[in-house]
Amino acid sequence: MLGKLSWDAIPYDQPIPMAASSVVALVIIGVLGWVTVKGYVPYLWKEWITSVDHKRIGVMYCFLALVMLLRGFSDAIMMRSQQALAFRSPGYLPPEHYDQIFSAHGTLMIFFVAMPFVIGLMNFAVPLQLGARDVAFPTLNSVGFWLTATGALLVNVSLVVGEFARTGWLPYPPLSELQYSPGVGVDYYLWALEISGVGTLISGVNLVTTVLKIHAPGMTYMRMPMFCWTTLAANLLIVAAFPILTATLAMLLLDRYLGFHFFTNEAGGNMMMFMNLIWAWGHPEVYILILPAFGVFSEVVSTFARKPLFGYRSMVMATMVICLLSFTVWLHHFFTMGAGADVNAIFGIMSMIIAVPTGVKVFNWLFTLYGGRIEFSTPLLWSLGFMVTFVVGGMTGVLLAVPPADFVLHNSLFLVAHFHNVIIGGVLFGAFAGYNYWFPKAFGFRLHEGLGKAAFWCWLVGFYVAFMPLYVLGLMGMTRRMQHYDVPAWHPWLLVAAFGAAIITVAIGLQVAQLVVSIRRREELRDLTGDPWNGRSLEWATPSPPPAFNYAVLPTIEGEEAYWDIKQRAFERLQLRDEPEYREIEMPKNSPTGFVCAFFASFMGFALIWHIWWLVGVAAFGAFATFVVFAWRDEDEYIIPADEVARIDRANRASRRAVLEQMRTAAR
Amino acid sequence: MSEFDPDGPTDVAPGEDDAESVLTYVVGLGLAVALTIVSFFIAGTSLVWGPSIPVALTVLAIAQMGVHLVFFLHITTGPDNVNNVMALAFGVLIVMLIMAGSLWIMSHMNHNMMPMEQLMQMQR
Repeated sequence: MLGKLSWDAIPYDQPIPMAASSVVALVIIGVLGWVTVKGYVPYLWKEWITSVDHKRIGVMYCFLALVMLLRGFSDAIMMRSQQALAFRSPGYLPPEHYDQIFSAHGTLMIFFVAMPFVIGLMNFAVPLQLGARDVAFPTLNSVGFWLTATGALLVNVSLVVGEFARTGWLPYPPLSELQYSPGVGVDYYLWALEISGVGTLISGVNLVTTVLKIHAPGMTYMRMPMFCWTTLAANLLIVAAFPILTATLAMLLLDRYLGFHFFTNEAGGNMMMFMNLIWAWGHPEVYILILPAFGVFSEVVSTFARKPLFGYRSMVMATMVICLLSFTVWLHHFFTMGAGADVNAIFGIMSMIIAVPTGVKVFNWLFTLYGGRIEFSTPLLWSLGFMVTFVVGGMTGVLLAVPPADFVLHNSLFLVAHFHNVIIGGVLFGAFAGYNYWFPKAFGFRLHEGLGKAAFWCWLVGFYVAFMPLYVLGLMGMTRRMQHYDVPAWHPWLLVAAFGAAIITVAIGLQVAQLVVSIRRREELRDLTGDPWNGRSLEWATPSPPPAFNYAVLPTIEGEEAYWDIKQRAFERLQLRDEPEYREIEMPKNSPTGFVCAFFASFMGFALIWHIWWLVGVAAFGAFATFVVFAWRDEDEYIIPADEVARIDRANRASRRAVLEQMRTAAR
Repeated sequence: MSEFDPDGPTDVAPGEDDAESVLTYVVGLGLAVALTIVSFFIAGTSLVWGPSIPVALTVLAIAQMGVHLVFFLHITTGPDNVNNVMALAFGVLIVMLIMAGSLWIMSHMNHNMMPMEQLMQMQR
């Protein structure tokens, strides 16, 4: 009846997961109870859960990422403290638990923190920047988000029911094959990523279509803000690369479930093919993460330097070149596999070449800052921290791209330090910059600057203290994923790294405090004009938060910096453009399709993991029925009357007119 | 670029036109079926020279892909179709890169990882 599932699946004998999961359960019950008692359930259902508004979905993606960041970071704390303690001792985490922790840390941080964070920012900002009413496929967008949430849910359920993979964040066979990993851990990993991978692919298709097809009049490709270009490139990579991940993991699933031999030791299987295929996805994946971050930095740097982005066209070229070249370097993740010197040499050279367009970008940001009137706001601090940190990480990456050096350093902590250097210093700093930058647009009030700056400095210092020792340890020969060790020379460095993790804990605490304080003081942080940073791109033309339809009348774009041009014209004439003729607007109706689909997908994933076959059938039927119901819907749009549109837009115009009035009195 | 027109029809794929489309699909279906039948026929026939059969099947397969692209996916050379052609080219390029790269990597690795006795035999 319940397949492999029984009460033994719950790890009663392990205090740490039991304590952690009961705290999580209490928090979830508390939040659900509070929401129900306060009567917020209908509001959440109508305004958020079933919403197909790209802004709401973007916010939910970022929220998911922030929550998962806390979970992934608690794993990181446990690893650092274990390694600080485990000198000539077993530490406090037994090996089988420690292995699950580093696997869960990597899986969560890449798939359920970095990915949702950048997809959330793209979802939120790109349609606004393009002057669009919504993304190309609004309901599909909601399905994509909820399937991602399903994946995150499954990974977290593994904490309480059963176990997680002990194979690392990429389940290399033969370790991940049934013979060596008979438990459900690898199955949790595989089904979580198969389901969330579909969600990611959906959002990739959606955003590519949006950037290519949905523009305000006059928004030609070469007038799009840089963030739209990096979104296009990242989502082209998603569409091209994620099917490789899905197919590779599906082959591993066939091996595990149906006795196939794609990657097994025996019967003609070839485990090396798994490394090859997984990295053919894996390298584009790192560019899927970093390209949107590059876009955020481009927006932030030019806004706070009060200058147009330097070298816009070279930036576009660099982005698209990275998009192509990212598919030609994947072997550098397994130089030591034995493909030989000539293959290694080609991929080593390609890996060095791909650093060139990134270098072009760094110089473009520096030249944008040069001669600008720089305002050191929180988003700009994150960008400056990124530039320094990412260049260090990029340099160690070029070092690792030299095959002979890689033979010494592969699988060492040097590698761990390198990829944290580029992912924290690049993707995460970019996500935080975007979070601080677009928060007022999303919610109508700014985040507290002082706490934001404090959090930034703690993150920056904490990052260097935590990860520079790992470079040293890697050069000293310490490999990654060690549960204990007995080399005295390593111990002090690991203590320093643990101290760095403690500083980052303070930073994350400050970020939580920043959010809480900002919400409590939202009246004094209120953004009345819709343009809190004196922005340059179109999203700042809307009120904060923007109405569901974004633009009452689609703006006509006449230059590269759409909103800056509109503003300059208004300043010259000291008056706004004439009031347009308002018309009614058709917007897509909210739909529970995404949520219901993901509800069934969650049960299907869980049932597949535990071999509960009847439930697999029921859940698959439910998901398909949801799709059929949605496909046969009669009406999918509602009308916002012209009066309502006029009311909202007149309020926006009034706030901008007030700014002009101030300027006029100042001019006198 | 200003294809986005809030008042116009937005859910029509490029190259799609009601009267034309049915005919297009019928012609496409006919060609696809014909090519499939010919493939099965060629594979089992002795009418053509044996060694040429794989080549003929490859040609028929490529023709089949062409039929699908033109009649079902509406890939044309028209100016409104640049995006689709670019997307197709990108996709083909990526698939070729991954396939050729994987085969190349794997063949080198198999050569390097050859069992010792096999290697000795080759050197003999």
